[in-house]
Amino acid sequence: MSLSVDDLTVYYQSLRGDVKAVDGATFEIADGEIMGLAGESGCGKSTLGKSLIRFDARMRYVRGGVELDGKELPVWDDARMNPFRFKQVSIIPQYALSALNPTRRIGKMAGELLESRGVHVDTVLPELRRRLKLVGLPQDILERFPIELSGGMKQRVVMVLSSLLDPSLLIADEVTSALDVSTQRAVAELLVEFRDRGFVKSMIVITHDLSVLYQVADSILVMYAGKLAEKASADTIVEDSRHPYTQLLLSSLPEVGVRYAERRLKGIPGRPPSLIDPPIGCRFKARCPFATDQCDEQPPFCPLEPGHDAACWKAA
Amino acid sequence: MLQLDTCSKSFRVGAFGTKELIAVRDVSFDVRPGEVVSLIGESGSGKSTIGKMILRLLRTTGGAITYEGTDISTLGGRKLKEYYGDVQGVFQDPFSSYNPIFKASRVFTMLRSEYFSGLSSSEWRTKLDKAMEAVSLEPAEVLGQYPHQLSGGQLQRMLIARALLLDIRLLIADEIISMLDASTRIDVLNLLGELKSHGLGILFITHDLSLGNYISDETIILRRGTIVERGATTKVFDNPVHPYTKMLLASVPQLHTRWSDAAEELEGLVAAAGDGAMDGHVEVEARPLVQVEEDHFAANGAGR
Repeated sequence: MSLSVDDLTVYYQSLRGDVKAVDGATFEIADGEIMGLAGESGCGKSTLGKSLIRFDARMRYVRGGVELDGKELPVWDDARMNPFRFKQVSIIPQYALSALNPTRRIGKMAGELLESRGVHVDTVLPELRRRLKLVGLPQDILERFPIELSGGMKQRVVMVLSSLLDPSLLIADEVTSALDVSTQRAVAELLVEFRDRGFVKSMIVITHDLSVLYQVADSILVMYAGKLAEKASADTIVEDSRHPYTQLLLSSLPEVGVRYAERRLKGIPGRPPSLIDPPIGCRFKARCPFATDQCDEQPPFCPLEPGHDAACWKAA
Repeated sequence: MLQLDTCSKSFRVGAFGTKELIAVRDVSFDVRPGEVVSLIGESGSGKSTIGKMILRLLRTTGGAITYEGTDISTLGGRKLKEYYGDVQGVFQDPFSSYNPIFKASRVFTMLRSEYFSGLSSSEWRTKLDKAMEAVSLEPAEVLGQYPHQLSGGQLQRMLIARALLLDIRLLIADEIISMLDASTRIDVLNLLGELKSHGLGILFITHDLSLGNYISDETIILRRGTIVERGATTKVFDNPVHPYTKMLLASVPQLHTRWSDAAEELEGLVAAAGDGAMDGHVEVEARPLVQVEEDHFAANGAGR
């Protein structure tokens, strides 16, 4: 088991109270697994990803544990996490396009980054060049400034740098969202190739776009309002989901071939609850067409069958 | 209703404006009442520039845009105000269309003082309620609120309601649902479908092929400022002729079909679409459109 997360709970501090962004997340990722983490904006998916590598100033650890390759990951302790970062756990941040220092050439920036983690650039330079070539970037890229690169090229540079030290876990936060369709496909396929070549052992791909996840992920975890809703293999989620939220979300996605004139899709009425004072019980109950009195009690996130978990009384 | 005739736009770029960047080159199409035309293109294809030229936020550098037979570049003063009474735009980021210091309903008050100063309060109220109902918003829930207290979907719908208050005939919708969540974007899209059935013409600008396919009657595929293919949506999507259109369609992530199932096909398409197609970085010349079948045109030399 590469990664196992147990009851991880992370709140944001705000003036009006704690924002319960990730509440009791429990899941596992196997060696070589690419797990997609999906959900709408504000559901806590990025917070969950970030909490596995670095808490920002407003995030507060509440409870829960994380294990990576059998070793405890001290996510709550900023200093003790340092030896793990970049080497064991790495992240391609959201807005990776602006993650590059505009005043440095790519090569210089990469050198400084490696230096800060105690790795001398010369020891990895041949590998860095090899991987830049692999993702289809020109040889002189290390001498260029970020402004000279297109969005897709920048995204590839950040991908290569983030995974350079062969981390066990790579968190890719919205890596394809800002790209054009054709570039999006090339970058998404590279993620799979990085896993296949063993550059990273396992991966969490965070995006709001379920159709991208269906293309690249082995399993998909759907979050809603800070809680885990459903996790299963990508095929099961798309073809045979059991949580009403997943079902409604999927049925609201227009696909090429579906036309307004022929088949009218429906959205999900209402909006997600406030996470400062979330409702007791299932957080989806106010928008759920199947809600009953039982939903006033929080349904457990439990297996329906091997490899398929969901938090819904109806699905169980 | 709206006609673009060999419309072009070039920008001066570089130090002292020494270089010329052609953003839109010889683009011609028209929008009829009750018709949704989607303008699909990747970043840098000039799709937003076209929208801005129609709204007169940018001047054309070649060709003409005519609305009901009048060249819009000649409009001024009262005529221009009348034009804006008919043609309105809604843009991608709803938050940047509001002034955060004021309540969101200020967009309506400003509209009233500009266009409806003769209306009594109760008449205005009825009109406003009707427009809010058309976009399925509860006036009590949104009117007293500041922009940050409302969701992106609500703000976007208020902007559409604002456009509807004017009884507009043409809406320029520039990526209006790209910022919205999946579960609410389809509602806004259905709203456009409903408005269209009441005779509104819509220019739907998007980078998302599946959204364009869902809502539009006519589709225009843009690449580097030129039209590579246009025609009835069903024809363009079912029978794409230009290699670039084929490549775009093969790249769209879909549920139920995996990319790997058609991997070899794509490699051929990328080669056909030209070197660097995957990065969208290749200069293409404007090629005249030739007819493929009825109501379906593609750039010359596309081949089958």
